[in-house]
Amino acid sequence: MNPNPQGPQLEENKVTTPKISLRNVTKTYSGVDQPAVKDLDLDIASGEILVLVGPSGCGKSTTLRLINRMIEPSSGEIIFDGENVTNSDPNELRRRMGYVIQQVGLFPHRTIAENIAVVPKSLKWPKDRIRARVDELLELTGMDPNVYRDRYPKELSGGQAQRVGVARALGAEPDVLLMDEPFGAIDPITRFNLQNEFLRLQSELKKTIVFVTHDIDEAVKMGDRIAILRDQSEIAQLDTPEAILTNPADAFVVDFLGSGAVLKTLTLRRLRDIQLVHPPEITEQTGRADAAAQLRQSDFPYAVLLDDTRRPIAWVDQKNLDSSDSLDSNSRRIPVKLQPEDTLQEALSVMLQTSAGMSAVVDGSGQYLGTCTIQSLAELLTDQPVDGASL
Amino acid sequence: MDGIRSWFDYLSSRTDLVVETLLQTLAYVVTVTVAASIVSITVGVLTRHNALAKELSLSIASVFLTIPSLALFTIFIPIVGLGFAPSFIAMFLYALLPIMRNTVAGLDSVDSSVIESAKGMGLTPNQVLFKVQLPLAWPVILAGIRVSALLTVGISAIATLVAGGGLGDFIKSGLARLPLPNSLEAIWTGVILSLVLALAIDVVLRTVGRFSNPSGVRS
Repeated sequence: MNPNPQGPQLEENKVTTPKISLRNVTKTYSGVDQPAVKDLDLDIASGEILVLVGPSGCGKSTTLRLINRMIEPSSGEIIFDGENVTNSDPNELRRRMGYVIQQVGLFPHRTIAENIAVVPKSLKWPKDRIRARVDELLELTGMDPNVYRDRYPKELSGGQAQRVGVARALGAEPDVLLMDEPFGAIDPITRFNLQNEFLRLQSELKKTIVFVTHDIDEAVKMGDRIAILRDQSEIAQLDTPEAILTNPADAFVVDFLGSGAVLKTLTLRRLRDIQLVHPPEITEQTGRADAAAQLRQSDFPYAVLLDDTRRPIAWVDQKNLDSSDSLDSNSRRIPVKLQPEDTLQEALSVMLQTSAGMSAVVDGSGQYLGTCTIQSLAELLTDQPVDGASL
Repeated sequence: MDGIRSWFDYLSSRTDLVVETLLQTLAYVVTVTVAASIVSITVGVLTRHNALAKELSLSIASVFLTIPSLALFTIFIPIVGLGFAPSFIAMFLYALLPIMRNTVAGLDSVDSSVIESAKGMGLTPNQVLFKVQLPLAWPVILAGIRVSALLTVGISAIATLVAGGGLGDFIKSGLARLPLPNSLEAIWTGVILSLVLALAIDVVLRTVGRFSNPSGVRS
């Protein structure tokens, strides 16, 4: 009796139709025997960040550049929005795909605004629309348009230049962004910020992004899915970061992930995903003997000292309780309070900084929710081991 | 002091001739520089993707510069006769190399990442050339044009030997009449006016550079 039985199915088809497909693509450079990319099949879903990662020379950049035909494939097909673009006008294709490279490549003789306006201008947008779009993009990428609009690229720092690079790539509202190690030449702190800002931006924009990097940590952080490539752009494994880290396909992937793979899973999990534990909670008003009894009965070496508003202040052990000093003057104060949105990696680093091996978790208003311990992290990791035995 | 006064007397009694020869030299500089610029920039642009063609054109232009000027001015007389034509051809051949070499160097100096990003944004090869490569290479090309213009002022003095006119006329007549009266004054006229002309052209081309070099780029 369903009047439209195909409805849901159509909906599903729409979701699963890839935004970009490479079909059996091979690229052989003239004068070289081995192809740089060999028989590659790759589907990129609409709205995802697909990271291509692999050792240098594996063909990841070549693969990216095949998509906007900066490099022409020797054979195979490139499908974009269901349309075979293998032999279409490459310049028209490139104007529909933002392109960000490591060296940015801003035009030094053009202002920031003129740089961002390049593609809208070649698409003959009206001037008012271009001006509004430039300001919008500068704001989106965290640059004050009134300050930067009329400056020249040489006046920008590396991080600012790449912000403009991203703004320029987004110029004519392309659905697709191709990014070739965009944050590779930027210092670690700025890179960290740019990555976070870019992820925030992407959560609003929902572009389809192909992102090349050689840095597995960056891949894990940025990718909705990761394609780990080996020689000739052969896909060793294509999956979500979590699935790859917890279940690498073969020895090559294990090798590429490196010994830090277990630790990397910590960057993917958040405190809200794990069960918090509850050591005894005491306040200044709790009697010392009572507190000591509670601590002895628990399995924990420390109790957590809370203030009147249930904010955690310090970790308190038996010795503190036995001495007559004020409890909040001891050395195990809790300077950093974690929130459920923080990653387990951050939790671990907080634990290592305090001598207690525990970190307190609070809600948005600073009230104590529970505790994360080294043991709870260890249990989590050993429950889902990186299975080296199945190689 | 006497020498300077007699030189001014010499000049003021021949203003028409002075202006005429000065204009002749200026005409050489303008026509030669314009023609050499057009040819050299075109060659530099056309050979930009072909290392062999690039080297070959530069070699040929270098060969012209090694031919003694006296020979180069006279070599075309059997074909084109005396006067403006053989002088123009010789100076044109001399002026090619500085502009061509700077065009090649200027185009080569454009950061490859800038060209890569220009292509990646869907600019056609012509747009990449005219909107990116040539504007960025222009300060270097203009420096080459300036060298060629000054070079032309200097060697245009030879034109007088093939009846081509110009400020060389004063130098030649002075040398021929040494040590008769007014011979030194004639030589000085040729030399000093050439210097003044060269300085003026330099100032003009530097000013052109100040206004035409893209802002945001320091040359």
